[in-house]
Amino acid sequence: MSRILIVARNTFREAVRDRVLYNLVFFALLMIASAVVVGQISMDIETIVMVSLGLSAISLIGLLIAVFTGVGLVSKEIDKRTLHAVLAKPLRRWEFLAGKFTGLVLTLTVNTAAMAAGLFLAMWFVKHSLVRGDTLVLVAVYFILLKLTLVVALAMMFSCFTSPLLAILFTGGLYVAGLFVAQLRSLQNTQMTPHTQKFFSILSYLLPNFENYDVMGAAAHGRAIPRILVLHNTLYTALYCAIVLSVAAVIFSRKDLK
Amino acid sequence: MTAPAIETQNLTKEYPHGFLHLKRKTSLENLTMQVEEGEVFGFLGPNGAGKSTTIKLLMGIIFPTAGSARILGKPVSDVSMHRDIGYLPEQPYFYDYLTAAEVLDYFARFHGFSAAERKERVQKMLQRVGLETAGKIQLRKFSKGMLQRVGLAQAILHDPKLVILDEPMSGLDPVGRREVRDIILDLKNAGKSILFSTHILSDAETLCDRVGVIAGGQLRGVGAPGSIVGVKSLGMEIIFELTESGGPQIEKIRAKAAKSGANYRMNASDAELYAALAELREAGAKIISVTQIKPTLEDFFMELVGKDRARASAIEVSGQ
Repeated sequence: MSRILIVARNTFREAVRDRVLYNLVFFALLMIASAVVVGQISMDIETIVMVSLGLSAISLIGLLIAVFTGVGLVSKEIDKRTLHAVLAKPLRRWEFLAGKFTGLVLTLTVNTAAMAAGLFLAMWFVKHSLVRGDTLVLVAVYFILLKLTLVVALAMMFSCFTSPLLAILFTGGLYVAGLFVAQLRSLQNTQMTPHTQKFFSILSYLLPNFENYDVMGAAAHGRAIPRILVLHNTLYTALYCAIVLSVAAVIFSRKDLK
Repeated sequence: MTAPAIETQNLTKEYPHGFLHLKRKTSLENLTMQVEEGEVFGFLGPNGAGKSTTIKLLMGIIFPTAGSARILGKPVSDVSMHRDIGYLPEQPYFYDYLTAAEVLDYFARFHGFSAAERKERVQKMLQRVGLETAGKIQLRKFSKGMLQRVGLAQAILHDPKLVILDEPMSGLDPVGRREVRDIILDLKNAGKSILFSTHILSDAETLCDRVGVIAGGQLRGVGAPGSIVGVKSLGMEIIFELTESGGPQIEKIRAKAAKSGANYRMNASDAELYAALAELREAGAKIISVTQIKPTLEDFFMELVGKDRARASAIEVSGQ
């Protein structure tokens, strides 16, 4: 465990020195500035627009970092051969992967938390107060973080056996497909054979379900988010990440490094 | 009886290549060798001979197609023995956002040293490789030679029993090379086992107890640097001075000999030595030295490489 944390700590340090986290300051300033504008042009729905805009921005920025940094975590180390000296230490390959994953999730947590702080600051600026219902925004932020965690795991897995560009495409493709899992599951087409329907049904359960993480609308409109969904999404993310990272570890443990 | 520091049995590495990866290219073929405990073993060979492939196989960076390897008695797949190994990769590259002290501290953490111990070891190592004033500089500002020194420092930081160095002299200036040679000798005196690859033959002759010469993925010879090249004489070298008052043969001798400063140099076979000396005496030459020419490691090396190239050309010509 301690070896995983050594790698994780260094990954976090790399992200900090790589100035990945500095987009937060920019984001926070942007949120506050947009709050002023939104407050002036939106009659009565300023909070809804503000929350929707803020959560979408957190999700988008987080996704970009998760995909691009997630793919680069392993492939960059292989390309630059920094891995050679690291793997010469008493460190197993799966521990290296787990450390890299933990480090990036930690980075994304800090990143997302800071961006959420910017969003709350902007909300306070518009409404001059924060109410109990605003905790729904926190749940939405938590779901975004879970989603990003799963995206990092997928990006890492793809980068273990393919080129960075293809890994980005595969991760992006899987993310988009995962947004339409419910539609795929309820696909009823008379043109389809029973076998094809069965195939799409099985596929819909194998694909990562990114739809479940989307509660932005509910948070913006103040609609309740079921507590069971919080538990479900947390367990779903943990289980899916464990499976994806195990596959990544098996592939990476047998990979010839250049 | 203690296990050899390194032991390989028919170690083979093939890489798939071609569009569908259906063809196989052999980088290393049936390598069987041993490095004894406390020995400095030089792994010699031209570029692409299989030196780095062997070292990567030993370090678990790549995996063998066939054969096996053991380090300090344990299979190379056992990562726990990395506690006792120090490894300098070829053209090392480290996290360039870290300073030299930070990167050494990072590596030291894997060995479970306490914070105080890490600090002490890092300072000691920086001093040992001549980077004591560069400890707080980020590695992105380091030259190739300085990175090589950091690489060496991280390899010996934890006082390993076995040190594996892939081209340790690469990128170093003469002073740096001398310092690395001294470090290797210090490690040897401390009883460490050392395997290092190089194509700088003088380093191997100076430092190694034994050398292994590899070419075309095959081990061509193993032994002490002096013995591996054989003991046969390649003839005699005569160094002499010519005076203007020499006999009539002086011009003939001048034509045969090579001028080297104020002196002349001439080679003769063992059988022709006395005849050559008699000729020089008649010409009034002053003999300065007569030395037997023995093959050097370089001769042996060049002969092997030459054979390989000739074989490769023959295959190319015959269209195989």
